[in-house]
Amino acid sequence: MTGHPENAALFVANEERAHWHDQSLWFVRAKRDRQASGIPEWEALRAAASAIKTHTLSRLADYLEEFERNAIANGIQVHWARDGVEHNAIVHQILASHGVTRLVKSKSMLTEECHLNPYLEAQGIEVTDTDLGERIVQLRKEPPSHIVMPAIHLKRQEIGDLFHIELGTDKGASDPKYLTEAARGNLRSKFLGAQAGLTGVNFAVAETGGIVVCTNEGNADMGASLPRLHIACMGIEKLIPRAADLSVFLRLLARSGTGQPITAYTSHFNGPLRGGEMHVVIVDNGRSRILGQPTFRRSLSCIRCGACMNTCPVYRRSGGYSYGYTVPGPIGSILAPQRDPKKYASLPFASSLCGSCTDVCPVKIDLHHQLLAFRKVLVDLKAVPLQKRLSMAVMGFVLSHPLLYRTGGSLMRAIVPRLPRGLAYGRWNPWGIQRELPPMPKQSFRDLIQKEPS
Amino acid sequence: MPNVGLFIPCYVDQLYPQVGIATLRILRRLGLNVEFPREQTCCGQPMANSGSDAAARPLAERFLEIFGKYDDVVAPSGSCVSMVRNHYDHWLHGKPRFEHLRGHTFELCEYLTDVAKVVNVDGEFPFKVGLQMSCHGLRELRLGRSSELMVAPFNKVRQLLTQLRGIEIVELSRPDECCGFGGTFAVAEEAVSCLMGLDRIQDHARAGAEVIAGFDMSCLMHLDGLIRRTNQPQRVMHVAEILEKAKLS
Repeated sequence: MTGHPENAALFVANEERAHWHDQSLWFVRAKRDRQASGIPEWEALRAAASAIKTHTLSRLADYLEEFERNAIANGIQVHWARDGVEHNAIVHQILASHGVTRLVKSKSMLTEECHLNPYLEAQGIEVTDTDLGERIVQLRKEPPSHIVMPAIHLKRQEIGDLFHIELGTDKGASDPKYLTEAARGNLRSKFLGAQAGLTGVNFAVAETGGIVVCTNEGNADMGASLPRLHIACMGIEKLIPRAADLSVFLRLLARSGTGQPITAYTSHFNGPLRGGEMHVVIVDNGRSRILGQPTFRRSLSCIRCGACMNTCPVYRRSGGYSYGYTVPGPIGSILAPQRDPKKYASLPFASSLCGSCTDVCPVKIDLHHQLLAFRKVLVDLKAVPLQKRLSMAVMGFVLSHPLLYRTGGSLMRAIVPRLPRGLAYGRWNPWGIQRELPPMPKQSFRDLIQKEPS
Repeated sequence: MPNVGLFIPCYVDQLYPQVGIATLRILRRLGLNVEFPREQTCCGQPMANSGSDAAARPLAERFLEIFGKYDDVVAPSGSCVSMVRNHYDHWLHGKPRFEHLRGHTFELCEYLTDVAKVVNVDGEFPFKVGLQMSCHGLRELRLGRSSELMVAPFNKVRQLLTQLRGIEIVELSRPDECCGFGGTFAVAEEAVSCLMGLDRIQDHARAGAEVIAGFDMSCLMHLDGLIRRTNQPQRVMHVAEILEKAKLS
């Protein structure tokens, strides 16, 4: 697998498109700023959300059990999955026992993480993603490139071309309203024909045993109410203790993620439909291991709003696919190497550590400090190339010895200006591909200061 | 008068000595006893940011040995000061003088506004200036309010510069987006780093900036490298160079 720098360089090579992508996401960040600035207690809300999540994570097992008890009392069937494989098997078993061959899905990054779609399709079940963005990437046989706006990397002309082939829209048509209507018409038959609906979970409330799903299109509601069978899949970190806590999170979620005051639908599912069944699948898949690491624990506070992606100057200019993981951007760059440090070793380095993600995060995850901390983990695991580790060791040695440092500095300043340009800007020097080297003054500060009157 | 240890980051020492001299002169003219401990080299940030703790830690220990004795430590860099204030703790926790050092290491602008209590800046700089609010100074030292936070706006750098006669501080469309330097990021992620830098320069240019001013020469070195390669008219300057001749009181 290629690393982030190589993928990003390909994305940047199309500068016009990279700028378009950057501006599309910056537009969302600007919307977020307008919404957040309208809430005088914004920073207090962030602090409260962070505290609630920290508290919940500190006694997660208790809250999970409380949730399970209350959910069961509500008539919900609760399942526990250790990992993605168990999750997929549980979902399949539920579907198979009801003879389901057509499933509609809405709002679930967890099922992306577990690769549920290909698993179910291999078992002969037709899976239809019903949210427009997910539907678009599903038709293109691509994963989402953003956790909240899965098709943000596509221009409407490209969606027009796709729908012309897949849904029979007019050739060349790219009017968003027309295309959305076409998708809607196509999905209507999928909803009516579905025998089960699967949704994600934004919040699971321990004291009520119910779940909350936040959407803009209402597909989760359709999928959970037309068929009699509703399966909701959630990671263990989705818990909040009380229904009252929603008053904090619902005010932060959409404002942070898409710059809306609130999502169009906030749906509370507190039990099965009359005559139907509701299942909740609670998935660990590596999360409890993160919970056991004090440095990275807070990454489990994430409410998947996507604000860190929208604000990240690297994500905006490299696109979601450059990360090669279900969740891209700053939060993904912490979660991915938790799963496979060697495979995703370049991600914690795909950041200038500017800290915009940390300041934008509605639950105050110290994202850029976690990215930095993960670099150390990767060096300790020797997952960083030997050349890089060696050069840092040499640099550290030189800088620890003042004489070596002074001599090295003088030599650099004496030699670099005398090098022929072809050599100074040779292949060894990635700095110089697009940038001039800094000026090389004859004297250093420590030389000059001797002439200063004291 | 407090004894001030002058902390000149390694790349400023070697590549931008005039920024160090300007800093020294500003502090001395305030009447401070400023000393430059010559055995200093580097705070360890390049190694620490690459995850090489083993290489960085001895430099943190050296730093404490060298600078622990001063009343205050001042540097013309937000990033290196943040290294001392925010990233030394897990190595130096509990060591004698560390708490003092951490609480008394300052970036130049915040030292001027918060410690030296400079309120008047009497000087001249008749140029249109774009402020490059480098990220570590902004979001780790809080030299200003970052655009993400919904708190009352403030900016210690602007507060100083804005008093200069003739200066016009121009408004950027993205007031504090990262320039893309990021230490080894500049080389490891060359493509994204350079696009970020070019976009920043474009934002300053659109706003009419003649001078891109900042408090971290490393970010300015990156922007300057791009400016010179693409033959653009802006020039980069450290805040210390701009304030060098002003009378501060």
